[in-house]
Amino acid sequence: MLYHPTVARLTQRAILGRRRALILLLLPVLLIVIAIVVRALVGADDEVTADLLGGFALATMVPLIGVIAGTGAIGPEIDDSSIVYLLAKPVPRPTIILTKLTVAVGVTAAFSALPTLVAGFILGGNGSRLAVAYALAAAVASVAYAAFFLMLGTISRHAVVFGLVYALVWEALLGSLVDGVKTLSIQQWALAVGEKIGQGGHVVSDVALPVATVLLVVVTAGATWFAAQRLRSLTLAGEE
Amino acid sequence: MTTIRIDSVSRWFGNVVAVNDVTMAIGPGVTGLLGPNGAGKSTLINMMAGFLSPSTGAVTLDGVRIWRNEQVYKQIGLVPEREAMYDFLTGREFVLANAELHGLGADAARKALATVEMEYAQNRRISTYSKGMRQRVKMASALVHEPDVLLLDEPFNGMDPRQRMHLMDLLRQMGAAGRTVLFSSHILEEVEQLAAHIEVIVAGRHAASGDFRKIRRLMTDRPHHYAVRSSDDRALASALIADPSTAGLELDRRDGILHIQAVDFARFTELLPRVARDHGIRLYEVSPSDESLESVFSYLVAA
Repeated sequence: MLYHPTVARLTQRAILGRRRALILLLLPVLLIVIAIVVRALVGADDEVTADLLGGFALATMVPLIGVIAGTGAIGPEIDDSSIVYLLAKPVPRPTIILTKLTVAVGVTAAFSALPTLVAGFILGGNGSRLAVAYALAAAVASVAYAAFFLMLGTISRHAVVFGLVYALVWEALLGSLVDGVKTLSIQQWALAVGEKIGQGGHVVSDVALPVATVLLVVVTAGATWFAAQRLRSLTLAGEE
Repeated sequence: MTTIRIDSVSRWFGNVVAVNDVTMAIGPGVTGLLGPNGAGKSTLINMMAGFLSPSTGAVTLDGVRIWRNEQVYKQIGLVPEREAMYDFLTGREFVLANAELHGLGADAARKALATVEMEYAQNRRISTYSKGMRQRVKMASALVHEPDVLLLDEPFNGMDPRQRMHLMDLLRQMGAAGRTVLFSSHILEEVEQLAAHIEVIVAGRHAASGDFRKIRRLMTDRPHHYAVRSSDDRALASALIADPSTAGLELDRRDGILHIQAVDFARFTELLPRVARDHGIRLYEVSPSDESLESVFSYLVAA
């Protein structure tokens, strides 16, 4: 059994708790508002579409939502140790992690890939092709981000901080300055997948597709395996 | 018949030894794990519940290792000390989720909620619950699969007397039905009322084991220290030292206090007022100077 509906229900309600849901909605709404304004002021322009979907949607929105959903799927439960109720059950730990991952991927994709697609269509023009390319990249990135940040959630109480450092400092800042860093960037790997579809030079990745695919699979599978191991030996030290 | 066996178990955190070479077996019936705060009770329970690995030694359930073995939870129900639950759920949703994770359904959840008498508030969010209500819902979540073993970490904390009695009845019934029930507490009276068998843990070490009469005797037979103020400390001292129930006397003339060490508690408590009356000495103050739980327990370790 790879999926447990009860675990999924609990995880989903935890991630989409009132305040968290508002934060999750903030960026997608902003993206769509900008798309509407740009379309009204500039008209259909592939250059602008690529800037907005690549620079904002994929580079900023997807990782941030990935951090919230990925760490939120397990971090708070470990933090307040309410995860005891989940773990004191004869449910295989990999099942718990895979279920939480599924929910985290679903939430990340719903709040990032879907709005990217919608924004792309709003921007119009050749945008529909670009929209599909970026939305697919966002969906692919959602999987890897969710797995990676979920793992961070099982490792550290400060998973959100580390997640933000990775997304904003490593990928966004260092990734734009240091060439080598781009090879180790979920965003670039996802772009490589989008590039295949986007055609026409607006979707560009610094990593070749085969390498990107292998790295995406390795990171996603490795992080998930490691998170399950962490859960198997989760320790409660008590309050003494 | 289910038995948890703790075999030469130690657990340390860095340089701090939380549990020091403990060996005990917890069998069917109600067992009380007694000890002062910080003695290592939670550490032991966490190891029995599979949420902590022993640094050395083995913790087993009927011979099967508990650590990293989720199948043991078919037989174990755990009531943790920590308050945190899925507060955004209602009590019913929470207990139902626990039942589903055991592969059970709404019937099991309903039964467990009825057992702890929480039906009346089952549709309220847990975040609105009082401490006693939370405790009962935690209890329902642990009972939902009718486990052979029930582990409870300080279950009576925050309960009012009526809830306490209700929970005690429940645990007694489970013990009488042949289930293995272990609960921790730092209050002797609590343990005494409920557990026929008591394990005492002090400063990480297994200090005593046996029925409550034996433990109670150990606790009352220890040397007691008293500070006494009277109208004539010196005369009182000379009269008391003649009796074998006192082992030592010290006259603190500056503060006007007589320090007494009594070795026979029952005899001394009868002796003191009689001696005072016979000698016409007025007792202004008699106070036990060494009654902290920690000192009581540390005496047990030495015994």
